[in-house]
Amino acid sequence: MPFQLNINRKPHTVDIDADTPLLWVLRDELDMKGTKYGCGIGACGACTVLMDGRPIRSCLTPVSAATGKITTIEGLADNGKLHALQQAWIDLDVAQCGYCQAGQILTAASLLAEKPRPTDADIVSAMTGNLCRCATYNRIKAAIHQAAGSPADTKGDTHAAL
Amino acid sequence: MQLSKEFLQYDADLQAIIAEVTNFAPSSVTTVNRRSFIKLAGFAGGGLVLAFNLDTSAAHASTLTGAAAGTPEATTILNSFVRIAPDNTVTVFSKGPEIGQGIKTAFGLIIAEELDADWKTVKVDQAPINPKVYGYQGAGGSTSIPRGWDQLRQAGATARAMLIAAAAQQWSVPVTECTASNSTVIHTKSGKKLTFGALAKSAATQPVPDVTKVPLKKTAEYKLLGKRYTGVDNLKLVTGQPIFGIDIQMPGMLYANYTKCPAVGGKVKSFNADEIKKMPGIVDAFALDGNGNPAEVMPGVAIIAKSTWQAFKAKAALKVDWDESSASKDSSTAATAKAKELATKMPAPANNIGDVDAAFASAAKVVESAYDYAMISHQQLEPQVTTAWWHDGCMELWTPSQQSDRGLAMVTAMLKLTDDKVTVHQTRAGGGFGRRLANDYMCEAAAIALKVPAPVKLQWKREDDFAHDFFRAGGYHFLKGAVDKSGKLSAIQNHLVTFAADGTRPVSGGNRSNNSFPVDMAPNVRYAVSLMPLQIPCGPWRAPVDNVQMFVAGSFLHELGIAANRDHVEFLLEWFARPLAAPPTQGPPPDLSRSYNPTRAAGVLKLAAEKSGWGKKLPAGRGLGIAFGCSYGGHIAQAVELTVDAKKKITVHKITVVADIGPVINMSGAENQAQGGSIDALSSAMGLAISYENGRIQQTNFGDYPILRMKGAPPVEVHFIQSDFRPAGLGEPCVPPLAAALGNAIYAATGDRVRTMPFKRAGFSI
Repeated sequence: MPFQLNINRKPHTVDIDADTPLLWVLRDELDMKGTKYGCGIGACGACTVLMDGRPIRSCLTPVSAATGKITTIEGLADNGKLHALQQAWIDLDVAQCGYCQAGQILTAASLLAEKPRPTDADIVSAMTGNLCRCATYNRIKAAIHQAAGSPADTKGDTHAAL
Repeated sequence: MQLSKEFLQYDADLQAIIAEVTNFAPSSVTTVNRRSFIKLAGFAGGGLVLAFNLDTSAAHASTLTGAAAGTPEATTILNSFVRIAPDNTVTVFSKGPEIGQGIKTAFGLIIAEELDADWKTVKVDQAPINPKVYGYQGAGGSTSIPRGWDQLRQAGATARAMLIAAAAQQWSVPVTECTASNSTVIHTKSGKKLTFGALAKSAATQPVPDVTKVPLKKTAEYKLLGKRYTGVDNLKLVTGQPIFGIDIQMPGMLYANYTKCPAVGGKVKSFNADEIKKMPGIVDAFALDGNGNPAEVMPGVAIIAKSTWQAFKAKAALKVDWDESSASKDSSTAATAKAKELATKMPAPANNIGDVDAAFASAAKVVESAYDYAMISHQQLEPQVTTAWWHDGCMELWTPSQQSDRGLAMVTAMLKLTDDKVTVHQTRAGGGFGRRLANDYMCEAAAIALKVPAPVKLQWKREDDFAHDFFRAGGYHFLKGAVDKSGKLSAIQNHLVTFAADGTRPVSGGNRSNNSFPVDMAPNVRYAVSLMPLQIPCGPWRAPVDNVQMFVAGSFLHELGIAANRDHVEFLLEWFARPLAAPPTQGPPPDLSRSYNPTRAAGVLKLAAEKSGWGKKLPAGRGLGIAFGCSYGGHIAQAVELTVDAKKKITVHKITVVADIGPVINMSGAENQAQGGSIDALSSAMGLAISYENGRIQQTNFGDYPILRMKGAPPVEVHFIQSDFRPAGLGEPCVPPLAAALGNAIYAATGDRVRTMPFKRAGFSI
């Protein structure tokens, strides 16, 4: 059946089974491959997108429930200008394999929207649902601090910008 | 149960892969001759294109022997290139897979350094998969850097010499008066300058110099290497561009899932085909017999759908009646009981050095301990995926394999096609960790595609990745060690109880390492191995063998040092200085840059002690542990500082890593690997275990396999000793010593010795 979606500030109509997770609508129907499949049970966070600014697990969100404004990693930059987090991710060379990073960045974007100057504890609390199998956690934390314009407050987490 | 020849092929293949990356000879990375570089003409856009050979390994050479009698030009197989285009762009071809180890960035940097290129103009492209041309195209054993180091530097230096020659000719000045910097050739006397781009066409008309005479920079002359660089694909990654295996999309593509028996070896008797085929979006459903090799295609049911989700939904409704007469009945609880029984029945030792009994009889202290570690799984974050397209009598594949060259050969043989009928495209991989050295998903995709009249993307579910891995084998060590009256290690007896697929040798990854737990670790050694049958497939897991052996070695050495009442750093330094056995007289000479070196070992340990504050006073409940490992070319010392509370909950305050991997190429990438490797090792040491009953893996998804999250991830401080040895890779070396450092720190904090991995089995949590 048809569903109206608002993704990255643009309307989309998809004709699809109502229980299809948003993840597969994005990937298979709309050819937006930035959102990743990791576990299918909401445990790893690779499929994180924002709905009305809040992080959701697109692998568990049926298309019928995706009624808000969806932001995926493809839509995080504004008119070609990278979000501060994307820039910090590049500057601090956060990624290893990079597979989880879209979900990490979107979760962090939601955190910064709510708390522009998060503490280490805020970051850990917000980010612990997002698994990084390569364990780039030190750098994810440092990049969020950098994007927020706040210095890292845990010894050993500092990484000079490139 | 006797396993079939077809089944056992998986074990032979994976053992061969580990042997290839652990035993590669120095000759395979240093062979150069004056014809190592050839100009290529006719590239679109023109400019200087230098092709060269980035792998001269014995395996590769054997494929070329037929042409050996021809001209030198004819036998020079060129498999990589550097191109300087008129627009000033420098393009480098990277032949191996990018799996998160940062190889594309490192390859570009090595060439750019010797070329004196402006790094901002360097672009790195992925080479096609063609082992006849490229030789080894895997990413295993942290060998990409050491294999490529000489040739990449020479390629850069050769191109630089030709650009300088072109400029000197244009200015009518001697080449000795010219130099290069930042993609520009400069005539030092007059200050005249020409960019590489402006010189590219005329450089291509210069003769290729004798590579043996082109000077390479000394470490002190490096302008690029050793600094921090962001990865060449990072913009693509942070903007969600489709570069992974899972991102392949083709017109008319269909989506598949493949369901195998949860107990490996089971065959399909029947399945509810009619019901499945009626489900929405299902195009087809069929059983495959497979070829009986778990690293290729085992029996199962393929579901072909119009979308991934429809394939997954149909899989949930799939009911298969399995014939389990040949299936695994393996049980991890039974294996543990059997190992305990075998502990007392030490078989005839495989190695006997000195007189162990006499050393025990005259020892000042004798320590007996039993260690064990669980089976674990890889779980790279991108589930297995490959897109295959059977068209025009050709099989074309897109895959994130770590070892696509072997996958190509497997698919070609399995489908009985000729070499020219199979093409493999390498995508970026969402992690590897050794799992993707096997190519089962690639073979399955090819087998399925034969029956599908369109390109088809085989997508495993996460649950498939848990059920069908090539696991790191568990193991059991029964140890007895002695220190003499002077406080020195005098004897070791090691009885390893491990698993075998073929009944004759430990499974891949389950054997003894000659690096992290060398036989000659004491003057008197007795070493014996007992084998238990295991049908569940095992294989390499990041730093295979070492990642478990070093836990046992590093922990037991600490036990012995404590028994001798010695400071552990002093005890280890003395142990490093022990007389070593002569290298084997047969086979290729050992590669000195990758062999255990007591000076490098002492260097990293002393610096780790200094940086971690070894010897400082710590409050009650807080402890510092240290351990050393020589693994996959890296000499690594790690120190862990932690606090343990009354409920055995651990807070790790800091991990200190000191690595001697030779010169660091990209400080950012190297630090990232050291941090990630350390935390990955902490994660598996603390909480990861796979159990199995009736042949079935008990863990199904991340919910019961608690890979460490940011919450448990400590700061990791990384230091490098940049020795003059050929550089090693760093994907693996920082994993093995960590578990021992962690256990030693827990002992320091609490007096409890952890002799089991994961440590949660001893009641500890993080």
